[in-house]
Amino acid sequence: MTQASPSRRWSPPPLIRNPFQRWALILGAIVYLLLAISTLRIDVARIIQGLDRGSRMFAGFLQPDFVSRWTDIQAGILESLTMTVVATVIGVAISIPIGFGAARNVAPLPIYLFCRAWVALARTFQEVIIAILFVVMMGFGPLAGVLTLSFTTIGFLAKLLAEDIEEIDPSQVEAIRATGASWLQVMTYGVLPQVMPRLVGLTVYRFDINLRESAVVGLVGAGGIGSTLQTAFGRYEFDTAGAILLIIIGLVMVTEIASGVIRKQLQ
Amino acid sequence: MLRLESVTKRYPTGDMALRDIDLTVPQGQVMALIGPSGAGKSTLIRCINRLVEPTAGEIWLGDQEITRLSARSLRHMRRRIGMIFQEYALVERLTVMENVLSGQLGYVNFWQSWFRRFPQPIVDEAFRLLHRVGLPDFPDKRADALSGGQRQRVGIARALLQNPELLLVDEPTASLDPKTARQIMRLITELAHERGLAVIINIHDVPLAQQFAQRIVGLRAGEIVYDGPPDGLISEVLTDIYGEEDWSTAAEDDNAAATLPTAIEAR
Repeated sequence: MTQASPSRRWSPPPLIRNPFQRWALILGAIVYLLLAISTLRIDVARIIQGLDRGSRMFAGFLQPDFVSRWTDIQAGILESLTMTVVATVIGVAISIPIGFGAARNVAPLPIYLFCRAWVALARTFQEVIIAILFVVMMGFGPLAGVLTLSFTTIGFLAKLLAEDIEEIDPSQVEAIRATGASWLQVMTYGVLPQVMPRLVGLTVYRFDINLRESAVVGLVGAGGIGSTLQTAFGRYEFDTAGAILLIIIGLVMVTEIASGVIRKQLQ
Repeated sequence: MLRLESVTKRYPTGDMALRDIDLTVPQGQVMALIGPSGAGKSTLIRCINRLVEPTAGEIWLGDQEITRLSARSLRHMRRRIGMIFQEYALVERLTVMENVLSGQLGYVNFWQSWFRRFPQPIVDEAFRLLHRVGLPDFPDKRADALSGGQRQRVGIARALLQNPELLLVDEPTASLDPKTARQIMRLITELAHERGLAVIINIHDVPLAQQFAQRIVGLRAGEIVYDGPPDGLISEVLTDIYGEEDWSTAAEDDNAAATLPTAIEAR
């Protein structure tokens, strides 16, 4: 603090240090964006037509018709709920062993690789693609939907469960091993209590996701309320479709609130 | 009763944790293992129940050699060796009673442990032990609701429910206040005398070790550098174990701390 030194300017260092590289990247991105937009062939007439159709659809949604197709809607909802419950139970039951197998700190290497491969496979494709595969294999209907949702549940739940298991406190496991417990006893006494809240929370959350997905996979013919919705669109019955969408929104909101409440109680 | 013959442990990283350790602990002896952090104290006691696999050497408990046991015989052997941990290592989300009963996991089959159906004499013994360690009142409280001293009492009850011949104790007082630390050490040594157990205690607190152990073993860089009675720990010996330090003022830390600020100002 003896002499006032000349003030030194400071600005944050740029993300890319080389200025030539930096400007080349920015210009390249702009040129690519312009070229990409020019290939889209945006047709004003089609947009206007689409807006017109959209407004008719929207008008239908504003006057939802619950009554004229009520039996179909009811059957669709019940089918979706059944698919959701069955798929969640089957999916979770398969996910638990795979999740333990996919945790590096409790599973030997060959089992770990095998289970990780299954998780990766189940996570590779989006629900709709898997649903199409199962519809081709099993035919139209809720069986394909249940298989789809069970399969995707494994990818989700086993992966997150495995990650939770990999973060447990190892000293608690060590203490149980030191008593002379068998491998299964070490898992149920040392590991399971540590991951139980997360397991229950994930199960409830996955139930919630499965209900939403059951409507989506129905659109490709895998049963449930989605199939009813698809039929309604096919017949241009936008008022019925509007009713179905409202019901789906209501159901999803109810399960979301319920799963939120349950998960909060667990903490 | 416990005999180690040239036990060596080299970690995969190449660190020599233990070099040619020869050690015999007779029945009923309370032995304290002291030494700086990283000297191999934890490794040594974990080699005995093979939570860490020794690289070479033999370990005999009674007339059984431990290092060559199969997985099943190792589990049977671990039932005879109770272990008490630093930071207690209780399964936090299980109840006090479940934690104590987990000491019997090596004796019951999987379904008995899954449904918590332990034989009645074992449950009686668990209640007796909880009473003995001074926690008769809350068997159904969750372990994470207890204080540090209470948790270590549960840890002691768990180890004793195994009905062990040998107790391995890893830094039992490291996170306890001085009064609780003394109570816990007194409890461990009293119970060991009542039951005629051999005990190996890893401990940092040299005065505490001197007060409660009949024999002190000093470890430095994986080798035994002192083996003798507690009152043989003179300054030269402590320097040999821990390195150069003014041991005569160890009990006068307060004075040393009081002079420190002056020393800094003088610079």
